[in-house]
Amino acid sequence: MGAFDFLLQGLATAAEPMMLLYALIGVTLGTAVGVLPGIGPALTVALLLPVTYRLDAAGSLIMFAGIYYGGMYGGSTTSILLNTPGESASIITALEGNKMARKGRGGPALATAAIGSFIAGLIATLLLAFLAPSIVKVALVFGPREYFALMVLAFVTVSAAFGDSALRGLTSLFLGLALACVGIDQLTGQARLSFGVPELLDGIEVTTMAVAMFAVGEALFIAGQRNHQEDEVTAVKGSVWMSRRDWARSWKPWLRGTFIGFPIGAMPAGGAEIGTFLSYATEKKLTKHPEEFGNGAIEGVAGPEAANNASAAGTLVPLLTLGLPTSATAAIMLAGFQQFGLQPGPLLFATNPTLVWGLIASLLIANAMLLVLNLPMIGLWVKLLTVPKPWLYAGILLFATLGTIGANPSSFELGMLLGFGVLGYVMRLFGYPIAPIVVGLILGPMAEQQLRRALAISQGDWTTLVHSPIAAVLLGIAALALIVPLILRARGKGQVLSQLAGDED
Amino acid sequence: MPRRRDTAALVIAAGLALVAGVMLWDSARLADLGGYSGVGPASVPRVVAYCLLGLAVWTVVAALKGDFPARPQQNVPPVLWIIAGLAAQLVLLHVAGFSIATGILFAFTARAFGKTNLAKTLPIGIVFAFVVWMVFSQLLMLHLPPGPLEHLIFRQG
Repeated sequence: MGAFDFLLQGLATAAEPMMLLYALIGVTLGTAVGVLPGIGPALTVALLLPVTYRLDAAGSLIMFAGIYYGGMYGGSTTSILLNTPGESASIITALEGNKMARKGRGGPALATAAIGSFIAGLIATLLLAFLAPSIVKVALVFGPREYFALMVLAFVTVSAAFGDSALRGLTSLFLGLALACVGIDQLTGQARLSFGVPELLDGIEVTTMAVAMFAVGEALFIAGQRNHQEDEVTAVKGSVWMSRRDWARSWKPWLRGTFIGFPIGAMPAGGAEIGTFLSYATEKKLTKHPEEFGNGAIEGVAGPEAANNASAAGTLVPLLTLGLPTSATAAIMLAGFQQFGLQPGPLLFATNPTLVWGLIASLLIANAMLLVLNLPMIGLWVKLLTVPKPWLYAGILLFATLGTIGANPSSFELGMLLGFGVLGYVMRLFGYPIAPIVVGLILGPMAEQQLRRALAISQGDWTTLVHSPIAAVLLGIAALALIVPLILRARGKGQVLSQLAGDED
Repeated sequence: MPRRRDTAALVIAAGLALVAGVMLWDSARLADLGGYSGVGPASVPRVVAYCLLGLAVWTVVAALKGDFPARPQQNVPPVLWIIAGLAAQLVLLHVAGFSIATGILFAFTARAFGKTNLAKTLPIGIVFAFVVWMVFSQLLMLHLPPGPLEHLIFRQG
């Protein structure tokens, strides 16, 4: 059977009434939470994880897919209507989109973002469906050393390649790796770094850590800011529909954004931001209206928004086919899989094809639902933007602790939440990126396991790691991704890299 | 501005070195069953610890050169209010139940963001937390510790 048949089968699974209901709940919750200022996709996914705890695996993952896509849509609404964008991937959208909204063209800006996201999501999800089987085939020949090399590459790109400081990125990553060592060693069963505390034997819960970093750390950071600048919500005036001219100016950026965003998301390079920046630069170069850039050019919303969503779908390629999360959001999604004892990767395509293809198909359905949900109901979502900060953050912390308590109702777990929240606050204060510590925590144990397997196979010969051409090339790229930015920064050309920095996602 | 020593960054470096030290100490007591690979349970923690030591040194260098970015001015009391709220919830969760403990967290967080009237925010928080408790424990079957308030309304908890 080809990918097409599998996809049809998946659509049949995802079109069951209960599954449609789960998808609808997922996209609604995802949009509602994603639209709240200060909540990016990573936190949206982490906060809503507990909602899915008691469902069956298929239903919960389908709801989860809806939450993921919904969070992305909600984020773009925030960045167009609010002068302070919440997530880094939306900065570009805010640049042009907020200008458009201020000129009274908020409606078309939201429409081009929503339709662009829809088209990008559609194309990218189809690409995911048709690419996945071939990548799975390649992945089947991957041995432990190839996996290890792939993870090293993911570590480097997530921590050191972008951002304004390799030092702080690497520090964050290695703190994550240190935390990953806590618990029972998977191969020998010895307790590591648990100091006789039974709660630590299971290791550190990724969702607890992610929620603490993104929700508690962020709340502390915002609360501590001296001058509370009031967020100014721009009202949507006039029609949300785009004129013929808007359509003519939007469709090419949508397509270009999709084809820029998808490969970047699919590579183990992490970060939706890079795609949005590249797309923005491309549109600026190609536009016939250069004078409008910086003052609300519709191309500057259409392209980056499409790139943003396409790379979100692209991130699912390594996650589903290799089990490799390349962003904080993907790391939390992986935790979502693991709560059902499912390990994404080539094996899952063989052992549980209905689940995987149902999930991919439900992404298509969620995407269509979001278009319907977003355009006519935009007024409702805009209201959410006006929630005053005290209630907003009180609510965020309520749900953050709810998730932790729901997973494990112990004071110890809440203590970890508090501890990591303070750590997240300090890291934000000193400009340490958050994504590497989360990715380090979830990928660390996997990388260690693969490394030890590879070395066990070679009987302790370290050169085995570079004897396979694939592993050698991957490690070579990782080394370049570590060294080249260091040289660039040393020569004072670091600004470009720091612009590509991302906190989340 | 002349480059000057960054004390806070030096403290961070010390913290990193401390974490590395703890990891080395812990890995020293593991029986290193390297087996065929020569790499046992203590190896990876050791490598991570040495890397953290290296990063600590790098942080010291960066701190002495003043390479750290300027930090935003922080207002301490609101931060402490939120931490107090989280701590109160942690302590009271199993005594007073989810709604009351979380209501306190809610009110303290709102206070940190400028709603200072606890007499008003506390009841709002408790009612809101109770509604959330009902939805999640009765509908979504999550186990959220009940307390006197929850037992009062739902006999079974």
